[in-house]
Amino acid sequence: MRRRILAVLALMCFSIVHAQDKVLRVVPHSNLSILDPIWTTQFMARNHGYMIYDTLFGTDEKNQVKPQMVDNWTVSPDKRLWTFTLRPGLEFHDGKPVTGEDVIASLERWGKRDAMGQKLMTFVERMDTPQPNTFRIFLREACGIMLEALGKPSSNVPFIMPKRVAETPADKQIEEHIGSGPYIFKRDEFKPGDKAVYVRNPKYMPRKEAPSGTTGGKNVYVERVEWNLALRDAQAQVNALAKGEVDILERPAFESYEQLKKADGVVLVNKDPLGFQYMGRFNHLHPPFNNAKVRQAAIAAMQQEPFLRAQVGVKEFYKACPSMYTCGTPYGTAKGSDIQSKSNMRKAQELLKASGYDGTPVVILKPTDLAAIQKLPDVAAQLLRQAGFKVDLQAMDWNTVVSRRAKKDPPAQGGWNIFLTAWLAPDVWSPLTNAALGAAGEKSWFGWPSDEQIEKLRDQFARETDDAKRKAIAEQIQVRAFEIGTHAPLGEYVNPYAVRKNITGLVTGSGDTYWNVRKN
Amino acid sequence: MLRLTPGDPAAILAGDAANADQIAAIRASLGLDRSLPVQFTIWLGNVLQGELGQSYFYKMQVTQLIGQRLEPTFALAGLTILIAILVSIPLGVIAAWRFGGWFDRALMGFSVLGFSIPVFVLAYILIWLVSLQLGWFPVQGYRRLADGFFPFLHHLILPAITLSVIYIALIARVTRASVLEALGEDYIRTARAKGLPELRVLVRHALANAAVPIATVIGIGIAILIGGVVVTESVYAIPGLGRLTVDAVLARDFPTIQGVILFFSFIYVLVNLIIDLSYVFLDPRIRY
Repeated sequence: MRRRILAVLALMCFSIVHAQDKVLRVVPHSNLSILDPIWTTQFMARNHGYMIYDTLFGTDEKNQVKPQMVDNWTVSPDKRLWTFTLRPGLEFHDGKPVTGEDVIASLERWGKRDAMGQKLMTFVERMDTPQPNTFRIFLREACGIMLEALGKPSSNVPFIMPKRVAETPADKQIEEHIGSGPYIFKRDEFKPGDKAVYVRNPKYMPRKEAPSGTTGGKNVYVERVEWNLALRDAQAQVNALAKGEVDILERPAFESYEQLKKADGVVLVNKDPLGFQYMGRFNHLHPPFNNAKVRQAAIAAMQQEPFLRAQVGVKEFYKACPSMYTCGTPYGTAKGSDIQSKSNMRKAQELLKASGYDGTPVVILKPTDLAAIQKLPDVAAQLLRQAGFKVDLQAMDWNTVVSRRAKKDPPAQGGWNIFLTAWLAPDVWSPLTNAALGAAGEKSWFGWPSDEQIEKLRDQFARETDDAKRKAIAEQIQVRAFEIGTHAPLGEYVNPYAVRKNITGLVTGSGDTYWNVRKN
Repeated sequence: MLRLTPGDPAAILAGDAANADQIAAIRASLGLDRSLPVQFTIWLGNVLQGELGQSYFYKMQVTQLIGQRLEPTFALAGLTILIAILVSIPLGVIAAWRFGGWFDRALMGFSVLGFSIPVFVLAYILIWLVSLQLGWFPVQGYRRLADGFFPFLHHLILPAITLSVIYIALIARVTRASVLEALGEDYIRTARAKGLPELRVLVRHALANAAVPIATVIGIGIAILIGGVVVTESVYAIPGLGRLTVDAVLARDFPTIQGVILFFSFIYVLVNLIIDLSYVFLDPRIRY
């Protein structure tokens, strides 16, 4: 009898251990609060989207757009009619097939929210579905951004939702969270600030190609993924990983890497070699940065190395990059960057003297609670002071920065002059995805630069279908952007994952995705 | 007060790449474009109907959010106070009994240390020692009671010990002072003269008469614990009310902030009422 009991207990223990092997425990880089990846551009909503939705196209680790839900497509000779056929067997989590109608409703909603989607929609005359598995996009005139837009890997990603969900007005959040992606969201287990749970979609039909970026086979080898949303203390995260209580840390603090390198059973995985780009953004509406010459002096002063050294610190994780686009991607170029990349403090001081700067204080917004960027404002303040600026460094929490940067009031009335931030590579690698290059005045991104030439060039870029010509236009945009000083690129860095040694298969590419991951 | 500080939930909700028009649209959809008195009147009207409103961020009822966080917070507060009472009261009584001796001095030293050491420092020391070196407890996380009593206790005990140190220090000090005062009373001399055992004198006569201030301190401790354990909750990744409050404040989630503050106020009043009522049982001379 005693032996039987022991055997049953042993079996139970084995079952529990085995079940744990199939649960991937992830500590995401932030909290998941909004579940609608079209309504917001927050990265956590985007990552949630990748878990449960699929996309028509994806972008691989070499920045090539490849089909995902789309099986094949044709383009008319005048490039105004695009016909797409969906892969057979695509199904939403509720068992209903994915149809062209779902796709069109999803694209229409995305086209109202996303900047690139909005641009694409300016070319779209109409869309229809001649057959359930086919959809067509009729354009008013040819454009060069169709596949780039549909395969866009970062916020807002054109995820495909069921028609009834996608018909939710674009200014309202969706209430139902089902897609046709590799995981199913467990709404009943979602506890905001605590955990989000996804289970394997048994009906998902992955592509045959090897996974790369957001393309290829999204094979799922674990039964369940749990996002630990409560574990946000940097040291507690390291402790939990070292003890094997979690499997993956998405973005460890830079200060933690030395400890993580020494921890037993932990390895660092740089799954996103393109990484991030730091950026200093000027407010073009108010003095002193309503003067292009003053902005140029600031860009000349803001050399990238000091920012990278102070903020990242780990030499192998950062590099200076003269481009406003991500270095190593098709549009990455040094053209026009001499004002920053070949400058020095003396030149910055001369430029500032010549600009007629009158000593107006520069208000820099400094977030104190966002480890990934919190040291950048101190460096900016120091460099600008050295150049001759009067600086007012104002400390606040990140969400206050987010709120204040949206205010167009003068700095003395709660506005600002400079804030600093970081972007994921795909967000800045093209003239259309890079929000800081928009120069449509008060309609553009915070900072509100106004420049007809840039806007004209961006429009040309969107229309151009020849890759070589697009690259030339992208270069012209960057040259002009440095001339008018839209912003200062502050270098690039990577932020490798820290994972347990038994975790393999993380897919290389931008974004945080959890297909292909094995827990051995 | 929070409405006077800079911070716009619409800008936070919109994300990094949003433009001014999108933020304005979100602000309007949340009703934040209305005047403050109008917003407050609407909220108050809803509260009177039992509605605390909906979180801007989670699109969930605030009552539901609070409900999800109750168990971890009550469990942590309950176990902390239980440990604190079980440890501190005997220590305080012994210290009073051995007033001026080594035990008394050691306890007072511990008490000063307990007050002085920041909770997060103690937490990291305990995690390093008990979890990482000895491997006795997990370093983080919370298991609900429904997942089993052992996992629940296993995850909760280290945070509770961490948090209880300051309360042990506080309650032991108050217990010592109260019992010391009682030990100087005539009825104690009488009890000893009657030949009662010393334990009985200490517990039935000294401690019983010193109970009112001790109960008051415990009550205040419980009330503070319900909303004030955010550091412990952060270090141990416990999804409690403290974290909810701090997250809501940082995100300017006004309905959630207003809801939890109302809830804390209710708990504070309730605990004080219970403590006041308990005086009747602890000291029969008290009448209301």
